[in-house]
Amino acid sequence: MSFLNLTSIQKSFGPVQVVKDFNMAIEKGEFVSFLGPSGCGKTTVLRMIAGFETPSGGTISINGKSQANLRPNQRNIGMVFQAYALFPNMNVAENVAFGLKVAGRPKAEIDQRVKEMLGLIKLDHLADRYPYQMSGGQQQRVALARALAPKPQVLLLDEPLSALDAKIRVSLREEIRMIQQQLGITTVFVTHDQEEALSISDRIVVMNAGKADQIGAPAEIYNRPATRFVANFVGTLNLIEAKVVDPASNRVSIGDQGVTLREPLGNVKAGDTISLALRPEAGSIAADAKGDTALTGEVISSNFLGSVIRTRMKVGTAVISFDMFNSPGLVPPAVGETATLRFTATDLLIIRD
Amino acid sequence: MKKFWAWGALIFGLLYFILPLVGMTNFSLKMRRGVYSLDAYAVVLGDPRFQETFTYSILMALSTIVFGVLLVVPTAYWVRLKLPGLRPYIEFITLLPLVIPAIVIVFGYIRLYNTSSWLPLTGTTTGTNILLMFGYSTLALPYMYRSVDTGLRSIDIATLTEAAQSLGAGWTTILAKIILPNVLVAVLSGAFLTFAIVIGEFTMAALLNRPAFGPYMQLLGANRAYEPAALAVMSFALTWGCLGLIQLVSRFQKGAQSPA
Repeated sequence: MSFLNLTSIQKSFGPVQVVKDFNMAIEKGEFVSFLGPSGCGKTTVLRMIAGFETPSGGTISINGKSQANLRPNQRNIGMVFQAYALFPNMNVAENVAFGLKVAGRPKAEIDQRVKEMLGLIKLDHLADRYPYQMSGGQQQRVALARALAPKPQVLLLDEPLSALDAKIRVSLREEIRMIQQQLGITTVFVTHDQEEALSISDRIVVMNAGKADQIGAPAEIYNRPATRFVANFVGTLNLIEAKVVDPASNRVSIGDQGVTLREPLGNVKAGDTISLALRPEAGSIAADAKGDTALTGEVISSNFLGSVIRTRMKVGTAVISFDMFNSPGLVPPAVGETATLRFTATDLLIIRD
Repeated sequence: MKKFWAWGALIFGLLYFILPLVGMTNFSLKMRRGVYSLDAYAVVLGDPRFQETFTYSILMALSTIVFGVLLVVPTAYWVRLKLPGLRPYIEFITLLPLVIPAIVIVFGYIRLYNTSSWLPLTGTTTGTNILLMFGYSTLALPYMYRSVDTGLRSIDIATLTEAAQSLGAGWTTILAKIILPNVLVAVLSGAFLTFAIVIGEFTMAALLNRPAFGPYMQLLGANRAYEPAALAVMSFALTWGCLGLIQLVSRFQKGAQSPA
């Protein structure tokens, strides 16, 4: 049995069902991210784990113990909020010590633990500062230390990086992951930022309209999106409509050009339309490319994005974007030119829903 | 030209308010014929009834403040946290003491809690004092509630509550250690206003026959010439002192919450 089990979780607010039959098993020490757009139910699931919301149906158990009759203050769960939520009337050390004081730990133990936690987040020198005297990044690190101080069985992070600027966000997410691995604490992280989720998670749950669309490792989610929603939401993706030519040989056509797929087409017949996905970084320009793994079309735009140049090309009625790594000698194809995009057969994914 | 009229209006306003006060202060200093003296103040301060009533009113004010804080802070907090839909109704109820005269409230009290009622609070001194404290709390409710509610609006009580809960805190700890310290300045503002109201209140104390400062001022005013003026000046000074303290704590709060 897994450490944290969410079984058939449902939640309705009045007539609106925001979480529908959500199932998830999280192992001890695992870092799982709930990824999805606003309103998909990810924060609601997190709040149900914390005990701030009561599920309309289903069960939540931690370490084999049902959480149904436990109030939030009885669950021993640490939580970090988007808005930091440091207690304004307490300094850093007092904030970190709060959970331990509530638990009635001896003073010597509290002092030792506070010192340990402030060392962990490298803010020992700011122990006497008040929240209003600190930057957002520092406050969020204190919030993390405060949540970890009472040694919770699960750590919940509710979009903890959303209010921070881009550079701090990257460094803090790495710090969070490092601390999580160091302590081996089971962690659930809620975010709408795919890059965040992909970079620090053991597993990602992509949520859509109150359900888990796909659960998997970051590479699996990115490379093998299970649904159209996942394909669209995680990373940039070309969704191409193709016509089945010969199901037996996995041959399809895009516009008037034929392509043979590696993946079996499944239960389709000639003339059916299927959806294919191609990542912009999967292809490259090759003037001499021909055959089953190349598409030729007219360049309709070329945008310089810093590290890459994103070019859009029209193939039949489909518009395909592809990226080229920037280098000083690179001459991107001009608008109106004809270009040939080369890829491998495995780069073209079939989107089945 | 615009400035001239603005200054003119300001000076007129100041004279309108200050001249009577200057006249009253001047009069209070003329008890000894021909010279300015503090005789009237000495007489008032030396009067045992002044000491008795003033002490009584201060004790009542402090009890009212404690009761008001215990009643209003948890109520305003709970309404903001769990019952936001009830806020307009609670606000309406807290405003009622402004439109219902104190005499109506106190007659209601006397009728409900007289010696032949099921809860004969007026039958004992302690009971009457408690009743008077409830009455004062009612009169101070609009000010205390608004102050606390404004203080609560300035902090994210929902997130702070959840943060405290996730750290194992129960409701009493949250209220005592998180909410109250963070609205302390607002509570103090409400407390100073309550203090000023209780010190000067006449109707309830007189009709419940308690030795409060308000009835003493009225009694003195009806029988003496210079002493009531001295008492009025002292009373004004006390009220302004309270208002000054509100300003001071408000400034302290602004300083405490300024960003780094």
